[in-house]
Amino acid sequence: MPEAPPAAKSRKFRGRVFINWDRCKGCGFCIEFCPPKVLKFSDKFNNHGYHPPILENEPACTGCDLCGLYCPDFAIFGIREAVSAGVPAGADVPASPAAAA
Amino acid sequence: MSVSPAINPVEPFLRTERMPHIWCPGCGIGTTVNCFSRALVDSKLPLDKVAVVSGIGCTGRVAGYVKLDSFHTTHGRAIPFATGLKLANPSLNVVVYSGDGDLIAIGGNHFIHAARRNVDIKVICVNNFIYGMTGGQVAPTTPLGATATTSPYGCFEAPFNLPFLAESSGAVYVARWTAYHVRHIAHSMVEAFKKKGFAFIEILAPCPTLYQRRNKLGDGLETMRYYKQHSVIKNGASTRELKLDLKGEITVGKFVDIERPTLQDAMDQRYREVLKESYCGRGGA
Repeated sequence: MPEAPPAAKSRKFRGRVFINWDRCKGCGFCIEFCPPKVLKFSDKFNNHGYHPPILENEPACTGCDLCGLYCPDFAIFGIREAVSAGVPAGADVPASPAAAA
Repeated sequence: MSVSPAINPVEPFLRTERMPHIWCPGCGIGTTVNCFSRALVDSKLPLDKVAVVSGIGCTGRVAGYVKLDSFHTTHGRAIPFATGLKLANPSLNVVVYSGDGDLIAIGGNHFIHAARRNVDIKVICVNNFIYGMTGGQVAPTTPLGATATTSPYGCFEAPFNLPFLAESSGAVYVARWTAYHVRHIAHSMVEAFKKKGFAFIEILAPCPTLYQRRNKLGDGLETMRYYKQHSVIKNGASTRELKLDLKGEITVGKFVDIERPTLQDAMDQRYREVLKESYCGRGGA
């Protein structure tokens, strides 16, 4: 897990990305247009034979939901989550919800 | 497998049982639907007062995928149906969501006359320069020189300039964006929903399977990069100069935002002048 960028450490929120693994058609819009470049193509295939994105650098995510706005398959979206006191952004990031969602 | 606590903001607007949709990987139509859902949220329209009308084509599928009152009309007849819907039930916000082939080719006559009469409907035209669903034939928007299944030597028919067509026909709101300009599209849709009269938004979208592939323009992502690099935002630009070339610069922005009496208002006013007290008005007006 890469280090959170300095800007992310001072934020009051944490960005999280949810990926609907089997709805993705691998167009790559979310990967290309993610401002902090959080995503990359997975090596694994989904049920339809596409490579969905996975999180490469989750601590840098700002939760701007631009991936959700671009995704033509409604397969990904980002949210902003309040960071609870004492838990800095980037630390204690739960296992990627990507595969679960 | 844990259940995600958050839901995709577009999900409440979708008939999720119909997903995955038929659109190809890299197609831009789904992106415009995301913008449409954000615009509905931002404009705070009551959702039971929004109706989506589509014609035939890839974009015509939108009516079947959105969880709103919607109707999938016959080819080219989305605007006539929407006109009737709006006149019969003026409290509805009627959105016509269709493609260039449906709205401008077979439905071209309806388009110019609805704009001329200033019917209070919002027209979202996803322009992919080709007839996508039927196999990639030349559309009235296909740029000069572009290859399609019915123009193997390149298209030699001059294409329509849709914002110019809409403005000269009488639309009160005209904007053009590409699928890359997601936030602009959503903002433009909010503006159009607030507008009274015939609002027209053209959205250029990639058709990687037919248009881009046949013209060696790369895949959907390549086209989105092209839109990013070659789009110039010129709000208020003259619509006369908005021609699109195969590989040229794309002028985007909001070009027209004027006020003009709508068909319903003009009719009410005229009948009141002529019939005076005997005019009882329209039901629900």
